[in-house]
Amino acid sequence: MTTGVLPEEGMVPGEPTPSGSTPASRPGRGGLLGRVKALPYALTIPALVALAAGLGWPLVRLVIMSTQDYGLRQQFGAPAPNVGLDNFTEIFGDSYFWEVLRRSLVFCFLAVTLTMVAGTAVAVLLGKLGRVMRTALSVSLLLAWATPALTATVVWQWIFDSRFGVVNWALTKLGFDYEGHSWVSEPLSFFFVALLIVVWMGIPFIAFTLHAAMTQIPDEVMEAAAIDGASSWQRFRDVTWPGIKPIFVVLLALSTMWDLRVFTQIYVLQQAGGVTRDTNLLGTWAYRTGVGSQQFGKGAAIALVMVGLALLLTLFHIRQMFKQEEI
Amino acid sequence: MAVVAPVKVPPVVAPAKADRGRRRPRRRWGLNLIALVLILLSSFPVYWMFTTSFQTNAAIRSPDQELTPVGGTLHNYRSVFDSDNFTTAFANSLKVTALTVVLALAVAFLAAVAVSRFRFRGRVAFLVMILLVQMVPAEALMISLVKVLEGWQLRNTIIGLTIAYLAFVLPFTIWTLRGFVAALPVELEEAAMIDGASRWGAFWRITLPLVAPGLVATGIFAFIQAWNEYTLALVVMIRPEKETLPLWLQSFNYGARGTDWGGVMAGSTLITVPVIIFFLFVHRRIASGLTAGAVKG
Repeated sequence: MTTGVLPEEGMVPGEPTPSGSTPASRPGRGGLLGRVKALPYALTIPALVALAAGLGWPLVRLVIMSTQDYGLRQQFGAPAPNVGLDNFTEIFGDSYFWEVLRRSLVFCFLAVTLTMVAGTAVAVLLGKLGRVMRTALSVSLLLAWATPALTATVVWQWIFDSRFGVVNWALTKLGFDYEGHSWVSEPLSFFFVALLIVVWMGIPFIAFTLHAAMTQIPDEVMEAAAIDGASSWQRFRDVTWPGIKPIFVVLLALSTMWDLRVFTQIYVLQQAGGVTRDTNLLGTWAYRTGVGSQQFGKGAAIALVMVGLALLLTLFHIRQMFKQEEI
Repeated sequence: MAVVAPVKVPPVVAPAKADRGRRRPRRRWGLNLIALVLILLSSFPVYWMFTTSFQTNAAIRSPDQELTPVGGTLHNYRSVFDSDNFTTAFANSLKVTALTVVLALAVAFLAAVAVSRFRFRGRVAFLVMILLVQMVPAEALMISLVKVLEGWQLRNTIIGLTIAYLAFVLPFTIWTLRGFVAALPVELEEAAMIDGASRWGAFWRITLPLVAPGLVATGIFAFIQAWNEYTLALVVMIRPEKETLPLWLQSFNYGARGTDWGGVMAGSTLITVPVIIFFLFVHRRIASGLTAGAVKG
């Protein structure tokens, strides 16, 4: 962040800072709203209330529900008995939970790996293209990025439609027997399509962000390396990579988080294909258990596993940000 | 400047690079070819959605597909407007989106001023909390959100859905606006006050207009989020007359069961086009906001 506007916590007010001016900290020079002590707190209250209502309280309720026998009867007003960790023992003892968890982790791993590798490659490519091609590629990447997850999934569903889809049409034209082939009613090809959608939507953000980071590397350094005889791989490894590594790690954490909680793509393809048991990931399973079959307690326990995984990744993410002195 | 660090557009091929390119024309061609394939892969779905939406059902079902747009009919769009609930869903989407944008901007701006203009106890904690809550998966909260909103008698209401959306867009909007406010020198406000403006006068005439681009960018972000959102709407708005556009599209798609791709693509186009247009304006800020200051300028 811009240093100077915000002096670091603990700095003596009035003491000269590296940038010379510390407007917010000087008594009597508080700018527009500076003098009132309680004001900053008042200004954050609406945000805190909104976050508490839409996120905090639902999160607390989730924890409470996960320790309750909360089912259909409770829907009609019966009190929910506390069952301690029974919901967790139930799901951890269920082999289906481990199956879904493993599936989610594998899906996430594949999606993140493909997205990051392809995204980095596209970022490098963006830097090497001429202006016309670079603009054309940027615009088409933007199209993929801007498309809402739901419409994107619906469109891909149409592209892979068994009867009139363009993929089956093209494969049949090429001599393969794909007429009427249903992609989404068999788990393996189901996940192939889902993976394609997630990666297709994920690449642009990674590519743009890494490309931006690469343009921050001074041209002179690159040229010096080239003059010294470094191959393009060596230049990438020894010059580009160290420059983009911090942001790469952050992107990795973000992508992992996003791909672990993937819901819309899976849910919509499940509605098209009809195989839910063999294609559930954590998100869809929690939804189907909790909201679908009204086992709110068990659903909440599954959802908390998701929150736990996200939390682990978040702590890593925030630690990275502290390291980079962004807070 | 981290949060709003502009994604720098690299300079038009530097002379040295042009030299390198000239030395290896074959390699340039190879790269262009790869780029061309990527362009096709990346834009094909959007292109295909658009093309299909203007085709007759006969052309869509013909065994010989046309990859280039031929002919054209508005029939699919008519069937969308005639379908159950489209106009209601459109109105619902507009309402919840507008409400989310307005509230998010107001609330986030106040918080952004607090964290970028004041040093106060708990400031760092507040910022860390913003980052933390940003990572809570909405998909995990679906279940309890239903119960919470039912308890407040707000399930199936615009207000209820807005409460949920607001919480999920706030972290990003606060973080991004914080960058904009922090970039504004306090001296500008002070100068206006020395020249005789009141505090609020200085705020209205100086601060607000200067932060306006930031408000527009974050407002568009909130718009896109609320307009696209599917997961939370799926559990909050379960009555047909309360559907938002994404919910409408999926019931239309599911109901058609692969028989009306023209209509489904017309619906998809209607939902997607405004988002793409807005997106073109703000994608740079979204990129830098999502990584929350990870790019050090």
